Amino acid sequence: MQTRNITFTVNGKEVSVNVDVRESLLEVLRNRLHLTGTKKGCEVGECGACTVIINGETVDSCIYLAIWADGKEIRTIEGEEKNGNLSRIQQAFVDEGAIQCGFCTPGFVMSATVLVESGEKLSREEIKKGMAGNLCRCTGYQNIVRAVEKVMEENLQAK
Amino acid sequence: MHTVGTKVQRVDAVAKVRGQAKYVDDLSTENMLVAKVFRSTVANGWVKSIDVSKAKALPGVELVVTYEDVPRIPFTTAGHPWSLDPEKQDVADRLLLTQRIRFYGDEIAAVVAVDELTAKKALELIEVEYEEYEPILTVEDALKEGATELHEGTGNILKKTEWQVGDLEAAFAKADCVFEDEFVTSRVQHCHLENQISFAYQESDGRIVVVSSTQIPHIVRRVVAQALGIPWGKVKVIKPYIGGGFGNRQDVVQEPLNAFLATLTGGRPVKLEYSREENFTTTRTRHPIHFKIRTGVMKDGTIVARDLEAISPIGGYASHGHAIVANAGTKYRSLYSQEAIRYKGTTVYTTTPVTGAMRAYGIPQVKFALESHIEDIARAIGMDPIAFREKNLVKEGWVDPISGNRVNSNGIRECIKRGRELIRWDEKKAQLKNQTGPKRRGLGMACFSYNSGTYPLFEIAGARIVLNQDGSVQLQIGATEIGQGADTTLGQIAAEAMGIPFDKVHVISTQDTDVTPFDTGAYASRQTYVSGMAVKKAGEEVKAKILERAHRMTDIPLQALDVVNGWVVWAHSGEQVMSVEEVAMDSYYNELTAAPITADVSNNCRVNSFSFGCTFVEVEVDMPLGKVEILEIYNVHDSGKIVNPLLAEGQVHGGVSMGIGYALSEQLLLDQKTGRPLNGNLLDYKLGTIMDTPDIGVAFVETYEPTGPFGAKALGEPPAITPAPAIRNAILDATGVKFNELPMNPQRLVEKFKAAGLI
Repeated sequence: MQTRNITFTVNGKEVSVNVDVRESLLEVLRNRLHLTGTKKGCEVGECGACTVIINGETVDSCIYLAIWADGKEIRTIEGEEKNGNLSRIQQAFVDEGAIQCGFCTPGFVMSATVLVESGEKLSREEIKKGMAGNLCRCTGYQNIVRAVEKVMEENLQAK
Repeated sequence: MHTVGTKVQRVDAVAKVRGQAKYVDDLSTENMLVAKVFRSTVANGWVKSIDVSKAKALPGVELVVTYEDVPRIPFTTAGHPWSLDPEKQDVADRLLLTQRIRFYGDEIAAVVAVDELTAKKALELIEVEYEEYEPILTVEDALKEGATELHEGTGNILKKTEWQVGDLEAAFAKADCVFEDEFVTSRVQHCHLENQISFAYQESDGRIVVVSSTQIPHIVRRVVAQALGIPWGKVKVIKPYIGGGFGNRQDVVQEPLNAFLATLTGGRPVKLEYSREENFTTTRTRHPIHFKIRTGVMKDGTIVARDLEAISPIGGYASHGHAIVANAGTKYRSLYSQEAIRYKGTTVYTTTPVTGAMRAYGIPQVKFALESHIEDIARAIGMDPIAFREKNLVKEGWVDPISGNRVNSNGIRECIKRGRELIRWDEKKAQLKNQTGPKRRGLGMACFSYNSGTYPLFEIAGARIVLNQDGSVQLQIGATEIGQGADTTLGQIAAEAMGIPFDKVHVISTQDTDVTPFDTGAYASRQTYVSGMAVKKAGEEVKAKILERAHRMTDIPLQALDVVNGWVVWAHSGEQVMSVEEVAMDSYYNELTAAPITADVSNNCRVNSFSFGCTFVEVEVDMPLGKVEILEIYNVHDSGKIVNPLLAEGQVHGGVSMGIGYALSEQLLLDQKTGRPLNGNLLDYKLGTIMDTPDIGVAFVETYEPTGPFGAKALGEPPAITPAPAIRNAILDATGVKFNELPMNPQRLVEKFKAAGLI
């Protein structure tokens, strides 16, 4: 087994970890750093349950080698809440009934976060395109779209 | 009502949106061993020889077991309640591992290793020789002369059901017209986002603990014990949050093997997690069913006679096998009335992925056939399809002649009216006449009826409530949260029954069979209705005890008191007497009379109710592309009183999207030569993405069901039932072409449009 020391930032904190070079970022997050909010649904980049944000872009962490994360900034669901307050998109998911079994939720929240932080007012179709890599079997996606639209509306009004 | 009927926030929403909710894998520990199953690469045959020596020799492999090492105890995986009547028990046709191969992916051996990679490598080192037979992929293959028997002595027939009400021949003889047709539904999969997973370990006293992503923890306990041949009390099952179920986890898929492996590792926990590909093809699938239907109608549109035959290839093992085809028959009775009706259902063993429960248990299949057929008849006799349905729908007071279940509340006519308005049916119908060109629009609708739970089959639910010192309560339920919102809904029912605010109800989400009240679990859309009755009963008992103590504390007559919003009040005026907290403190610490207030109830539910509803849809069909675009879709439901409108709406969204996938894209394909699954992954199996899913309209017609808790009846499964036939009828409306087979995917559409000369 070949290992390598890597250092990256997770949710604003620098971590150094010795990883098996074959390990995915998902495995390192879940098994070594105990950040189990990021989920595993397929391990081949089909379902989006493992979505995290790396240097501002959403990535399926199940098909992203941990060694590639060396030196990068990673955001996971655990870091989205600040000082005990849910992020606005998290709160919108709660308020709009966008959560059912919850297994896809962290991945969706990460995808939605990048969309709402873009500062753009996206159309419904554009929002959908931005989250097309995340699958959900419970909600029919309706209230997830509604949650994103709500935060975008609020952003627009705040400007 | 204060809480029932309001959009309270899901009790688990914050934990889930923070990523804090713990699912099975999130609870695993670092020293856990990993198990993997060695599966057959043929669909039908025997293992002639197996050599596991190389696998055993691989460093890091703790254990390799084969079919030679498992108990010789046949068991069933079907997640039904146990029956004391041997005749009613499920067919026990499985061993933990098998030498006889009955489908591609059947379980021959298992490896336990220090990590996943080692376990996977070990699988590759197992050498096996097969004696291979022809795969049996269809009913015809299974029943033809000389077909190999999958289970000895069965002739490949699992079971036949037949019933008849009324004089069928006389009713057909009387009919002005008789219509016959055939319909075929497809094999689809649940695709819950969390794959099947469990881990198991043995405690120092020898008891086995299984932590599982199940919908039915108490049933898992029983089946694990049966499969291992140990007393039921030696097994404890824990169910944390789970990532969806939709019926797939109403089967005890991998827990018995997992528990068995845990008995061989000297106490070290063993995890058995299925890959997405295993989840697709070696857990359970929805029954494909072939229907032959015959209906006799009078000129005025009265249905007088109906005859339906269903036959289904159920896969290599019985599981829920026959019950689902039988249930399709039961629900075919209860939407329209007629003078005579007959049903024949047959289930056949085939070397295909095992079928089992999937959202609405046989009803999406039978309603696809029935509501398509009804549409065709209406058109054939020149009657408006809605008027034809309305003429024949069952009314309040209708009693099912076989089950004895009675329609006490029935909002179907109002549902149809609402759906018709929402989609602007009449206006659009007028606009859509005389279309030409490659793209055409059409309108369709379909209706359903459904039950709330399984009565007259066995129904039992349990609830326990403990009043805390501060006037809040713990609510413990045997019903399981699988994403549908049961914890929240049952919490609302508890709050309403006790007269305390919802935020004072702490719902214990995790089930642990050692301490959780007995309940058979999440299936049959039963929990709001059946488990809700138990929760209401427990809540009423707690409330009665609060009032009794308040009466003793104050000398105010019992009948003059009530509990409202966490206060004991004068019933007539609402004037506050004392807080529930004060009563609770007295119950804990009164030196003479202390007796903390609790209730621990079970409810043997001996009643059922009918939910109703319909789908209205408008489609645009691009005939050269074979593409169906859903322009508008509405589901309207009579589920009695809606306990939580926000969660209820979410249930409908999810069910409708699943129904759309069933209609247009989803199908698990098997290689016709080998039986090997071709598209058992989320990329090739066309599960609808957010881009594919249209806006879904939802409406409720709230009737009051007198038998249900606060008037509620079933909602969970019904939204998935009618989208497929409604879309089929809309495609017919647009193009004049009948599609009698699911899914209505581009290839099938283009072929039929070509044959019809439309393209």
